[in-house]
Amino acid sequence: MINNVVLAAEVAASQAAQMSWLVIAIPLASAGLLLLVGRAADKWGHLLGVTASAASFVVGAWAFVDLLSRPVAERVQDVTLFKWIPGGTFDLNMGIRVDQLSLTFVMLVTFVGTLIHIYSIAYMEHDRDRRRFFAYLNLFVAAMLLLVLADSYVVLFVGWEGVGLASYLLIGFWNHRLEYAVAAKKAFVANRVGDVGMIVAMMIMFSQFHALSFAGVFEAAEHASGATLTLIGLALLLAACGKSAQFPLQSWLGDAMAGPTPVSALIHAATMVTAGVYLVVRSGPIFEHTPAARLAVVTIGAITLLYGAIVGCAKDDMKKALAASTMSQIGYMMLAAGLGPVGGIFAIMHLVTHGFFKAGMFLGAGSVMHAMKDQVDMRRFGALNKAMKVTWLTFMMGWLAILGIPPFAGFFSKDKIIEQAFVAPEGQVWQGWVFGLVAMFGAGITAFYMSRLFFMVFQGKARWTDEQHPHESPGLMTVPMIILSLGSVFLGLILTVVKFDEYLAPALVEGHHGEPVMNAYVIMGATLALVVIGAWIAWSKFGSAKAVVPTLPPAADGLVRAAREDLYQDAINDALLVKPGQALVRGATKTDDDVVDGAVRGLAWVFQGMGSLVSRIQNGYARSYAATMLAGVILLAAIVLAGRM
Amino acid sequence: MTVSAYLILASVLFTIGTVTVMVRRNSIIVFMGVELMLNAANLAFLAFARMWGNVDGQLAAFFVMVVAAAEVVVGLAIIVSLFRTRRTVSVDDENLLRH
Repeated sequence: MINNVVLAAEVAASQAAQMSWLVIAIPLASAGLLLLVGRAADKWGHLLGVTASAASFVVGAWAFVDLLSRPVAERVQDVTLFKWIPGGTFDLNMGIRVDQLSLTFVMLVTFVGTLIHIYSIAYMEHDRDRRRFFAYLNLFVAAMLLLVLADSYVVLFVGWEGVGLASYLLIGFWNHRLEYAVAAKKAFVANRVGDVGMIVAMMIMFSQFHALSFAGVFEAAEHASGATLTLIGLALLLAACGKSAQFPLQSWLGDAMAGPTPVSALIHAATMVTAGVYLVVRSGPIFEHTPAARLAVVTIGAITLLYGAIVGCAKDDMKKALAASTMSQIGYMMLAAGLGPVGGIFAIMHLVTHGFFKAGMFLGAGSVMHAMKDQVDMRRFGALNKAMKVTWLTFMMGWLAILGIPPFAGFFSKDKIIEQAFVAPEGQVWQGWVFGLVAMFGAGITAFYMSRLFFMVFQGKARWTDEQHPHESPGLMTVPMIILSLGSVFLGLILTVVKFDEYLAPALVEGHHGEPVMNAYVIMGATLALVVIGAWIAWSKFGSAKAVVPTLPPAADGLVRAAREDLYQDAINDALLVKPGQALVRGATKTDDDVVDGAVRGLAWVFQGMGSLVSRIQNGYARSYAATMLAGVILLAAIVLAGRM
Repeated sequence: MTVSAYLILASVLFTIGTVTVMVRRNSIIVFMGVELMLNAANLAFLAFARMWGNVDGQLAAFFVMVVAAAEVVVGLAIIVSLFRTRRTVSVDDENLLRH
């Protein structure tokens, strides 16, 4: 049954809600200005970018405080900005939906975004294109806020494409290097595959429900057939897979680390890649009535969380290991989002805490790269804890948070997801066991690979190359890291104390808490035990005084080799999609050359041949012409005479 | 004298003219061959005119003569200018008509 609040969007919007379009407009205007003014803005471009992002945060915070002051039943506010697509019997308005879910995202995006803007001032200081970088970052913030504030699927899609564009531009920011440009293109193409799902979902909604706004679609979904909803759900899942790097469209995220590290932190860890989770949670009323699509979401989430974790274990590139971890954590969120409204709440909660601790760790990685001359190979790190105390400590907070050690942030969100995964739908006890154990086991692997990363970078013996002299980063970089690490420590506790789940629940479909197939305390204990075991194995192999980390990757068995190659995802994509696609294009080109052009060329060849044959008569000798004439006359005379006789 | 004798003479003259045009290389000789053919035709015209007692044939002969006179002027002018530019009057050395 649908919660009435979701549909009753008739409440009058407050002044703050009506002004909340500014959170999108400010960074958008700043991005436009920075791109149009060009080099003349080089001196102050980064300051404008930071100001725009911070102003957006202030407006968002105003709307958020205003929302909290309203009675619970009046918190979902739809604000129509202008009539966008007037179409006779079908009108579509450009509008924003200000509710608990969208404002949660607004706060996350603008707060973390502003911190990363500040960090980037120092990180990009020596890049001559810093202004362009800030323009793109602002463009991203604007698009992401449009995505989460949209009140219809079409407006959401505009933001959806906007973040894809910003992601493409920022991955390829250093596009003078071919492999970076290729990585940007790869991300773009993989995202387009997902977009097909989004478009198909909107087509089905339009043809079946004659509506594209959230209010209209969710109302119609209540009376729609199960098959229609399953189709829409699967199409939306495809879209979410593309954007959130979920199996089988996950291959672009690792390469996306080609972008500058602040980009990896903001777009490819904290916000954009979680848009797929947002989409699934937001479309709760659709998934509510289709267990098949929900099962598909959960399955994809479970596969991806294991996939990312396994890949993360073998990566030596610091950023790629973090990317694999992001993929795995979003797998957790996706799994939770597919479990239903209660799971959805914890998915969003994990998304928020993950946004803090993963962004913090990425900024830490950027700080390490800054100190180590852009080195990313963890085998050349080690013993950085003394050289970079602040980075070490802030990274440690993020590490403890992702491990899920109480009372750090990840414990409160991830443990809830694992517990929810053990809750079986009615009559499907096996689902509770399978997904619960996968989530629990994933936590153990997570503990191993994140500890491996942490120990390889900060503990053990120094394995630096000769020209590296690590030093702590400037304050502009460490302060955002410290703030994010405070979030990694306390955010989970705070969100639990202020009852985030009760705050968010009215924005979603009404759900009911089920009982897990195993006692909740047993689950918590077993998870913690697995985490400690994983971390201990990593310590004994990479962190302890006796551990020796070779500076070159040692020979390894098949699984490790596969994991180093991202479980051959690129090879599989190559064999299944790229090669046949190229063969098809080559075949089409050949057909065009040989058959279509060939026919035209052949025709020309025939007439040319005939022409050159006839032109031999035209030799220019008067006597030969005379002979021809004579022959003609004789022929004519013969014909005339023959006619007479 | 029967008409057929005149016609036989005319056809002999025409054949000689034709062969001259076809075989000789010197443009002036070729030109003379052409004149011979024209006059053979004139002879045939006159023979037929006399045979039918009609002046139409004689009229045609006059026209041919006028045209032949004009043609001689143009033709000889071409041959002279050809000789001036290319120092030859052989028809086989000239294939400018190709171009």
